[in-house]
Amino acid sequence: MVENRPWLTVLSHLVLLAGCLVIVLPVWVAFVASTHEAATMLRPPAPMIPGTHLLDNYATVLFEGFGQASRVPQWLVLFNSLVMALGITIGKIAISITAAFAIVYFRFPLRMTCFWLIFVTLMLPVEVRIVPTFSVVASLGMLDSYAGLIIPLIASATATFLFRQFFLSVPDEMAEAARVDGAGPLRFFRDILLPMSRNSIAALFVIQFIYGWNQHLWPLLITTKESFYTIVMTVSRQANVQDGVVQWNLIMALGILAMLPPVLVIVFMQRQFVRGLTDTEK
Amino acid sequence: MKMSRILAAVAAGVMLATSQAALAATEIQWWHAMGGNLGETVDQLAAQFNASQSDYKVVPVFKGSYTETLTAAIAAFRARQNAHPHIVQVFEVGTATMMAAKGATYPVHQLMADANEPFDPKAYIGPVYGYYATTDGKLLSMPFNSSTPVFYWNKEMFQKAGLDPNKGPRSWQDVGEMGKKLVASGAKCGFTPQWQTWTLIENFGAWHNLPYATGENGFASTDIELKFNDTARVTLIQALSDWSKEKVFVYGGREGKSTAMFTGGDCGMHIGSSASAAAIEKALGAEKVGTTMMPVWGDTKPQNSIIGGATLWALQGKPKEEYKGVAKFFTFLSRGDVQAKWHQETGYVPITASAEGITAQAGFYQKFPGRDIAIKQLQLNAPTINSKGLRIGNFVQIRDVVDEELEAVWAGQKTAQQALDTAVSRGNKLLKDFQAAN
Amino acid sequence: MKRAIFNDRLLPYLLLGPQLIVTLVFFIWPSGEAIWQSMLLEDAFGGSSRFVWFRNFERLFDDEGYWASFETTAIFSIAVATIGLALALLLATTADRSLRGAGAYRSLLIWPYAVAPAVAGVLWGFLFNPGAGLLPYYLNLMGVAWNHQINGNQALLLVIAAACWNQVSYNFVFFLAGLQSIPRALIEAAAIDGAGPGRRFWSIVFPLLAPTGFFLLVVNIIYAFFGTFGIIDALTKGGPARSTEILVYKVYSDGFRGQDFGGSAAQSAILMGIVVVLTVVQFRFIERRIHY
Repeated sequence: MVENRPWLTVLSHLVLLAGCLVIVLPVWVAFVASTHEAATMLRPPAPMIPGTHLLDNYATVLFEGFGQASRVPQWLVLFNSLVMALGITIGKIAISITAAFAIVYFRFPLRMTCFWLIFVTLMLPVEVRIVPTFSVVASLGMLDSYAGLIIPLIASATATFLFRQFFLSVPDEMAEAARVDGAGPLRFFRDILLPMSRNSIAALFVIQFIYGWNQHLWPLLITTKESFYTIVMTVSRQANVQDGVVQWNLIMALGILAMLPPVLVIVFMQRQFVRGLTDTEK
Repeated sequence: MKMSRILAAVAAGVMLATSQAALAATEIQWWHAMGGNLGETVDQLAAQFNASQSDYKVVPVFKGSYTETLTAAIAAFRARQNAHPHIVQVFEVGTATMMAAKGATYPVHQLMADANEPFDPKAYIGPVYGYYATTDGKLLSMPFNSSTPVFYWNKEMFQKAGLDPNKGPRSWQDVGEMGKKLVASGAKCGFTPQWQTWTLIENFGAWHNLPYATGENGFASTDIELKFNDTARVTLIQALSDWSKEKVFVYGGREGKSTAMFTGGDCGMHIGSSASAAAIEKALGAEKVGTTMMPVWGDTKPQNSIIGGATLWALQGKPKEEYKGVAKFFTFLSRGDVQAKWHQETGYVPITASAEGITAQAGFYQKFPGRDIAIKQLQLNAPTINSKGLRIGNFVQIRDVVDEELEAVWAGQKTAQQALDTAVSRGNKLLKDFQAAN
Repeated sequence: MKRAIFNDRLLPYLLLGPQLIVTLVFFIWPSGEAIWQSMLLEDAFGGSSRFVWFRNFERLFDDEGYWASFETTAIFSIAVATIGLALALLLATTADRSLRGAGAYRSLLIWPYAVAPAVAGVLWGFLFNPGAGLLPYYLNLMGVAWNHQINGNQALLLVIAAACWNQVSYNFVFFLAGLQSIPRALIEAAAIDGAGPGRRFWSIVFPLLAPTGFFLLVVNIIYAFFGTFGIIDALTKGGPARSTEILVYKVYSDGFRGQDFGGSAAQSAILMGIVVVLTVVQFRFIERRIHY
């Protein structure tokens, strides 16, 4: 701190506390809901203090499941989410880092065409072209498979964009020096660029893991076997009850379970995440 | 990359384990939109069918909301990779669209005939069957979850307002009187309806034997015009609008959203789907809920109510012998005991008359008084051309238009007459669009 | 742009190959099909199909609802971007004051980014549920009748709040990192010259943060345009009375709820056009300003 102004410190704490309170409130309410009986949640106002049904509710959700045909255990559903999230993360990082390397460090015919082909995908979500994308995946026989869950979602340029930004910030002298030393492009990539990209990779790991874990409409469309269901799908499917009783307590328990893994990833990797993002964004 | 190879191996193991059991029987895919407790009952029905024979295995797959389910089915069908289901559940407003989709759907009457499966239209409850049949009585899709609006009231609040807790209103005029007393006794609201387009416009019309559209409500023709801006409906909407000034009527949102105001104890009276009964009883306590038929305007003799909900459509493009399994499953779903179970566990109306008999004999209606009101309403009289059902193209959009116009009335921006006239002319434009596209 | 340094005939194509293939197969090809469909008049299952040139587009431009959706999207995106950025900047500058417990604050503020939009929608929907929710109850006691299921403005407020909640932590992280990379000496020098905290912020910190701000502005607008699909789907489904129907949701809703395929495909094509323009703007103009 440059100078000491006690009132400013107090004010800062107040602002931050207020911020945290607003941020935490929806989740606190959800958590409280997950510890009560279904009937309590149907009468206003919803309670603010945890009830006594925490274990019952989570046990129901985890081991009995609810509203499921073959009673696929939730560990499998969580496992599917994990496979999907990791598959997307690893696949995306792998194909983007090489693509960014090619675009930044080589000059070759059609370079700009490739550049634009890849970067128009930067922003468009899968929802607006869902029917044709589905046909493509179906004609490749990838319905009801991990490949179908993962590969179509790798087709986006966010990671390529971030790697490109980072490579652009690497001093040209590094590659120049490598070339003088007689190192080929692949050696340079492996021995210099890859280690330097550690932070970017970590940041992208966080971003893509969250992106993959949080997919909703795509897995809903292309899976018909419950053994491929993911957890986020399950949450919204339970909140979408037609004519039936909304079991808020169980939905919220499921919601808490669904958000826990990605939240843990970002909380534990926040340092690398921040460092990686600021490395690339300069 | 090694990691993904390990994962793939694990995945392959899981797939193998789950697929082995199914090898013996022909699989029938059934995509549905029944979440929560309804989904559990759906799964039990499929399991019961699968246990009853060994040639076919019905696989129910929950596909999200009605919209998501239809999205998935359309995407799968258009991909032409045999990834689409044999059976898909579609909401009733999609009926005209499904009918117009030539070459995509397999009409039930034809499917049953092709599979040599005995099928008796007379076994079904009239307005349930008629809603999904052609004008000459041929069934297009299998009724599955059908409900009809009934009138609920809160006995505790009635008592507090000095009203007889065991007697609901008979006419809309009664609703107005009772609403005033409820509000006078401190209630935040007298009456609120669910699915206003379905209850106040569509069902009000059938109940009073008034047409919704020309061409037998769209059954006889696609070249039709909307007719719901008649004096009776204008009078009702205007009355509600007037009542809303004193909170005798309070608008609670589209679709089923207003039910929360009834279960939360804000409103003393509610028109809602018969399928909401279980949820309402659970929230308020069964002993506090009264159920009766929908009110009529003045001394009008009620006709019969119409249904809402969804049906099962068979989709084309599967091997012929697999449709035998679909036919057998439809027969199973129509069985009295199966329908009775479905009716009792979910609150949907049974599709056959025998299921009602079985349920009554089991003493179910004594235990849950009011659960038989829906069937009584549907069977009150033989359906007329006005009360058979609705077959309207672009119905989802037309309902949106009616919702918008009614909301303008509730907000005090339009009179009932203006709003319904606009709704009809805007709706007619959408009907022309539908005719052009199909 | 960087000096390209290596020369190799085959290698760049091999390196680019996987990404190009995935992009072509799962992105360019389906997008092309969507554009083709935008000129067809079809029934839902594709049984009957007629080529009608630009009739779907004409119909779209005649539709007041489509223009209203543009307006909603504009209001929504501007609100999400400005509120999200302003709040994040406020929190980041306060957290940057090397306070005691700054690490704990950061951990508490960072995680909503990890919550799935679909789940965030369910959480906020429950919090504001007019029947059972906590906030409507207390708002009612304070004399505010809250019902976002009827009141379009409240619904819009709610989706904006939920979207900001979901995005503010991402902005916060970037701003905080940007603040921490500003040399302390610069600020101390200004302090010695007698500049107070407010002055220092506006004359030194803010200009130095501008590149980060530009980058975040683009990210936030993209997020508001496309990333909020899950929130809207879970919270309002575009309602009531289409008051929260942003463009990307309308594509989905018209196509699958209303079963107007040609119209929906035409909207997709228009959205793709917008995206291409945004991408070009991003690379041609904004990126330059960030770097130099």
